Amino acid sequence: MLLQVKNLHVSINGKEILKGVNLEVNKGEVHAIMGPNGTGKSTLAAVIAGKSGYEITQGEILYNGKNLLDMPPEVRAQEGIFLGFQYPVEIPGVSMTNFMRTALNEIRKYHGQEPMSAKDFLARMTEKKDLVELTSKLTNRSVNEGFSGGEKKKNEIFQMAMLDPQLAILDETDSGLDIDALRIVAHGVNKLKTTENATVVITHYQRLLDYIVPDFVHVLFEGKVVLSGGKELALELEEKGYDWIKKETENH
Amino acid sequence: MKIEKNAIPALKNIPHWFDIVSDKNGNAFTGLRAYRQLALEDFNRLGFPNKKMEKWRHTDLSASLSFDYSLATQDFNMQDVLSDVFECDVHDLESFVVNLYKGRFVFKENNLFTLPKGVIVGSLSAAFDQYPELIEKHFGKYGKTDKNAFHALNSALFLDGLFVYVPKNVIVEKPLQLINAVGASDDVLVQNRNLIVLEEGSQLTLIHCDDSYNYKRSFTNSLTEVFIGANASLDHYRLQNINNNSTLISSLVVEQERNAQLSTNSIILNGGLIRNETYTKLNGEGANASILGVYLADKNQHIDNQVFVDHAVPNCTSNELFKGILDDYARAVFNGHILVRKDAQKTLAYQNNANIILTDKAVINTKPFLEIYADDVKCSHGATVGQLDENALFYIRQRGISEDNARMLLMYAFAADVTQEIKIDSLRDRIEDMVKKRLRGELSICDQCVLQCSSPEKYNFEIDMSKI
Ligand SMILES: Nc1ncnc2c1ncn2[C@@H]1O[C@H](COP(=O)(O)OP(=O)(O)OP(=O)(O)O)[C@@H](O)[C@H]1O
Ligand SMILES: [Mg+2]
Repeated sequence: MLLQVKNLHVSINGKEILKGVNLEVNKGEVHAIMGPNGTGKSTLAAVIAGKSGYEITQGEILYNGKNLLDMPPEVRAQEGIFLGFQYPVEIPGVSMTNFMRTALNEIRKYHGQEPMSAKDFLARMTEKKDLVELTSKLTNRSVNEGFSGGEKKKNEIFQMAMLDPQLAILDETDSGLDIDALRIVAHGVNKLKTTENATVVITHYQRLLDYIVPDFVHVLFEGKVVLSGGKELALELEEKGYDWIKKETENH
Repeated sequence: MKIEKNAIPALKNIPHWFDIVSDKNGNAFTGLRAYRQLALEDFNRLGFPNKKMEKWRHTDLSASLSFDYSLATQDFNMQDVLSDVFECDVHDLESFVVNLYKGRFVFKENNLFTLPKGVIVGSLSAAFDQYPELIEKHFGKYGKTDKNAFHALNSALFLDGLFVYVPKNVIVEKPLQLINAVGASDDVLVQNRNLIVLEEGSQLTLIHCDDSYNYKRSFTNSLTEVFIGANASLDHYRLQNINNNSTLISSLVVEQERNAQLSTNSIILNGGLIRNETYTKLNGEGANASILGVYLADKNQHIDNQVFVDHAVPNCTSNELFKGILDDYARAVFNGHILVRKDAQKTLAYQNNANIILTDKAVINTKPFLEIYADDVKCSHGATVGQLDENALFYIRQRGISEDNARMLLMYAFAADVTQEIKIDSLRDRIEDMVKKRLRGELSICDQCVLQCSSPEKYNFEIDMSKI
C-alpha cells in the first residue's frame, strides 16, 4: 500500500477539523476527494504534505509503510509526495528554472543520484513545458509571480511533471481553469500516470472526472470520509448535492 | 563635554597627526594648508558625533572610538606592500585596478597615469602637484567640513586617495576598481580621500572596495567627492567586506549637472560597524540618481545607511532602494532624506527600505523622509520590516528543498532586487556568489571584492540558463 491514513484527528488552534479520517491509496490508482467547502479537504492534503501549524491528536499516516508524521516536508517530497496547491504561492526573485533545478537535484541527492546535467535538465524542462503547454515566458519568470490563476494551476502540473512524484495530491487544480486549460491539465496528469504511482484529486466538479477518471470517489464531510464509491458517486453528487449525505450521516 | 571628549583616545593625537600630515604634502597645492587648517577648526568645534545628535541617534560610535588608533602616515616598503596587494588576480573582470594601502595610493611603477584620450587616474596627492587647476576647481567643493565631523576630520588628516579625471565626451570602457585593503598593522586609522571628475558627456564605472586582509582592527574614514558634468554618467559600486573588529565610515558626495546620471549601489557584506553616507545634489534639469544598497548583517554588526538627495532644480528623478537582512543581534539604520526645493517642479522621487529580521534580537531603525517645498511632484517613500514568508517556505520545501536552502533561496531572492541591478555581468556573478556565501555563513575575509584567491564555489541552485 502506498498511502494509509488511519483514524486521523487534526486540530487547528484547539478546534478539531479532521475527526477520524481513513483513506487507503494503492499504486496505480486514481482517487477523487469531494465534499462541501470547509470540510477539511485542504487540511488533509496539507497534513499529508507536512505543513506546520496542525495538531495531530490521534491516528497515523503511513507512506510505503513508513511513518510520515515524523518526516519534515522536504523529506516527504523527496520520498515522492507532491502537493498541487489550491493557492500556489508567489515567490518573487526565485526563478522557475533555479527553483526546479534545485528541487530536482535535492531529490536526486536524497536517492543517492548525481545532480542532473544542465543539458539533461534543459531537455526535461522543454519536454514538460510542452506537456502542459506552458510558455517559456512563464518559466523564465519568478515562481508564480504575476501568473494568472489558470497559469498558476498549469504551473503546478508542470512542477509535478518535472519532479515525477509517486503520490500526487492535486488540491482543486481544476478550479479557475478554462475548458481548454482543463483538458490540457487533465491530459498532463493522465500522461504522467503509471502503474507505480497514484493520484489524489480534490475537486468540486464532476467535470474534471470526465477527463481524469477516478477508481474511487470519497466524500469528506465535516472532517470524516462518510462515503466512498466508484466514479458514479461523483455523478450522483453532481445531481443531488450534499444535502442527502447530511441526512444520511444524521441518521447513522 | 570635556570628559566625553577625553574618553576618545584619538582626540589627543589629532594635533600631532595634523602636523605630520601638513608637512608631508602641505606644499603641493597652495590652498591645501589653509583648507586643512579650517577643517581642523571645524572638527574641533564639531567633535566626534555622539548619540545625542539626530543623525547619530541609533549609531553608537563609542566602542569604535575607544581604541588607541594610530594614523597611517608612515611611508612603507613598497616590496612588502606589493606582495600583499597583488597576491590575487582579477579573474574575468577586465578592469583597471588601483590599490590603496592604508589609505595611500600604491601602484607597481608610476602613481599617476594618463590613459588614452586624456583620462587621468592615480594618486590624489600626486594630482595636487600635477593638476592644480583641476584640484582648485573641484577639490573640497562638495564635502561639508563645517557640518560633517568626519568630512572635517578627513579633510584635516587625509594623505592620499584616488583621483580620476575623465575629459569631455570620453567613455572609459574598462571599469576602474579602487581597492582599499586594511589589516597591515594593528589599530590603524585610515583617512582616505578621493576625487572623481567627469566632464560633460563622459562615462565611468567605478568599483570601490573596502576589504580586510585579516582580523586586525581598523578605522577607515573615507570621503569621495564626485562631479558629474552635463550628460555624463557614473556607475558606482561600493563593495564592503571588512572584519568584525573594524569600522568604516564611507561618504560619497556627488554634484550632478544637467542630465547627469548617477547610479550607485552599495553591497555591504560584512563589517563591525559600517556607516555609508550618500549625498547627491541634482543641480541641473534632467539629472537622475539611482541609489541602491543591500546589507547583510549578523552577530553584533552594525550597518547604517544615510542618504540625502537634494532636488534643487525641476525635472529630475531619484530612486532609492535599500534592502537588508539581519540575523542574531545585528542592528541596522536607514535614514533617507529627500529634499525637493521650491523650484524643483516635476520631480520624481522614490524611496524604499525593506528589511528581513531573522531573530527577535536584531533591530532596524528606519526613517524614510520626504521634505517637499514644490507642489507639482511625484514622491513616495516606504519602509517594511518582516520575517521570511512561512507559506513560501512551505511551498519550497514541499518541492523537496531542505529548510536551510529554502531560507537561503528566499533571502537571496530578497537581496536580488538590488544585486541584479549590477550592470557588469562578471561583477554581478561575483557579488551574487558572495551574497550566497555570506548567507550560508561561508564568506571569509579572504573574499575580497572581485579579487579572489580561490575559484568561486558553485551552489546547487546557482544556475544561469542564459549561459548554457
Ligand atoms: N489556519 C487556520 N486557522 C483556523 N482555521 C482554519 C485554518 N485552516 C483551515 N481552517 C478551517 O478548517 C476548516 C477546513 O478548511 P479546509 O481548507 O481544509 O477546507 P476545504 O475542505 O479544503 O474547503 P474548500 O472546499 O473551500 O477548499 C475550515 O473551517 C477552515 O476555516
Ligand atoms: Mg480547500
